[in-house]
Amino acid sequence: MGGLKETAIRSVFFSCALVTVLTTLGIILVLVQGSVGFFQEVSIVEYVTGTDWSPVIQPRSFGVLPLIWGTLIITVGSALIAIPVGTATAIYLSEYADPEVRKVIKPTLEILAGIPTIVYGFFALSFITPIIQRVFPETGTFNAAAGAIVVGIMIIPMVSSLSEDAMSSVPDDLRNAAYGLGATKFEVSTSVVFPASLSGVIASYILALSRAIGETMAVTLAAGMHPQITGNPLEPIQTMTAYMVQIGISDVSVGSIGYQSLFAVGLTLFAMTLAMNLFSLWIKSRYREEYQ
Amino acid sequence: MSAETPFSEGVEDIERKRKIGRAFVAICFASTLVGIVALVALIADVLYESWGWVTWEFLTYPPSQVVENFLPDGRGAGIYPALVGSIFLIALTAVFTIFLGVGAAIYLEEYAAESRLKSFIEANIANLAGVPSIVYGLLGLAIFVRAMQLGTSLIAGALTLTLLILPIVIVSSQEALRAVPDSQRQAAYGVGATQWQVIRDVVLPRALPGIMTGTILSLSRAIGETAPILMVGAATSLFVAPDGLTSPFSAMPMMIFEWAGHPEPEFQHIAAAGIVVLLTILLLMNLVAILIRNRYDPRT
Repeated sequence: MGGLKETAIRSVFFSCALVTVLTTLGIILVLVQGSVGFFQEVSIVEYVTGTDWSPVIQPRSFGVLPLIWGTLIITVGSALIAIPVGTATAIYLSEYADPEVRKVIKPTLEILAGIPTIVYGFFALSFITPIIQRVFPETGTFNAAAGAIVVGIMIIPMVSSLSEDAMSSVPDDLRNAAYGLGATKFEVSTSVVFPASLSGVIASYILALSRAIGETMAVTLAAGMHPQITGNPLEPIQTMTAYMVQIGISDVSVGSIGYQSLFAVGLTLFAMTLAMNLFSLWIKSRYREEYQ
Repeated sequence: MSAETPFSEGVEDIERKRKIGRAFVAICFASTLVGIVALVALIADVLYESWGWVTWEFLTYPPSQVVENFLPDGRGAGIYPALVGSIFLIALTAVFTIFLGVGAAIYLEEYAAESRLKSFIEANIANLAGVPSIVYGLLGLAIFVRAMQLGTSLIAGALTLTLLILPIVIVSSQEALRAVPDSQRQAAYGVGATQWQVIRDVVLPRALPGIMTGTILSLSRAIGETAPILMVGAATSLFVAPDGLTSPFSAMPMMIFEWAGHPEPEFQHIAAAGIVVLLTILLLMNLVAILIRNRYDPRT
């Protein structure tokens, strides 16, 4: 009798855990099923090689490359900011800062990660773009540079926080051994601590880049809704996520090719971030340095 | 050459190394300041743009298409329906998340043996945490809005946000449960308690502060999420507050998105005012979480 009740309770909790597995299955099912119709009308070759993206407006064309390009510009641009700044911040916090200083700075930086991305979008429009326009007056209201800068700021704490954790877990024995050989603090930081924590540091880079790829509201507001392949960061672009927002707020009819394209782009986005997240986990477990 | 001491070369080298060392610290310190300066600039920018626009009318009136109504001495227009919508949305999400998140964490920490199944579920949760939030929006659109025919309703939005923050809530609840010492469980078993009694009367009460802190922090993340509720179909211009689970809804991030995209310069101020309201609520939630943590932290 009591055993029956225990079994029932256990099953309730098990079902809660099962929801997470069902969520993953649901995501994959929804994305695949939603894009089947799309890929029946559009050949995969056209999708991945076409350089024109216009699924809703005539003449229609379904080349996803401009969206991938836009996403890539934002990702690379934000990485150019977040990786050096985040890594140097992590080294400062882990190797140089007083414990008291670290206790204040680390949570302060993490506030950056807690600010809603829509607020970053606003910040880009009202603060960053006007600054860019002062330097380059031909810059439009929507431009890739502002999007990349603001996403870069947003992912700094991801790089700095996770890298700092990795650097702090390098045991002091390694540092002391290097000091004993006459190394300076600079040499210890860059030649001992940094390489020893490399797996954690690289994992943090990949996670931050994955976040940049999936980031939505800031790039929609800042970088615009103009799918094009351009090397000029002062021009507007469109990322995969911004396209999804565009369809989300428009009223394309359910079942139309425009509606289906939403799921095709969603599937592409999901596949890219999933690959990066798995890669990050793999690096972390494969190259983890074990210290006692 | 013979006049030089054998150490002179080394002395120069040390001097050079010192310089490199100082330059390196300076660079690292400057980098640390980049993030902090950006944060200060962001907050200053929002406060500057919103100055004088966050009025009582802004909090209690529905939005308007006419800019003049928003002016501090205008007829009155504001964020009210979205504010109420966000509060309802978060309250509902909290109910679902606490049930599912804590339940899943209890299963993983208290019931599941170290098995393939457990590590599979945990790896899956880690992966879910890295799925872009807009993809959760698509999931919500297909499952809750269409398949379950909930329409673009408050409950569809809340369920979508629940799935989005579930991984974080589970992981933080697991940590809270793990922090309860095993000796307390054993003591309870020793006096004849069943497993459910041990969990209900011994483990959960002790893990509760940690669970609540983690849950409030993830809810404060959910309240700022725009992309998922946008895909589910949250309204950008709704003039009445939601009055039931199935009524259409707007939320503060949606309003901010709408306002920030308007070409008229006044809407910059209105969007900033909306951001101030959103960030204030977010800050209050974080404050509550910190207070709970400090109040019940076993280490203090």
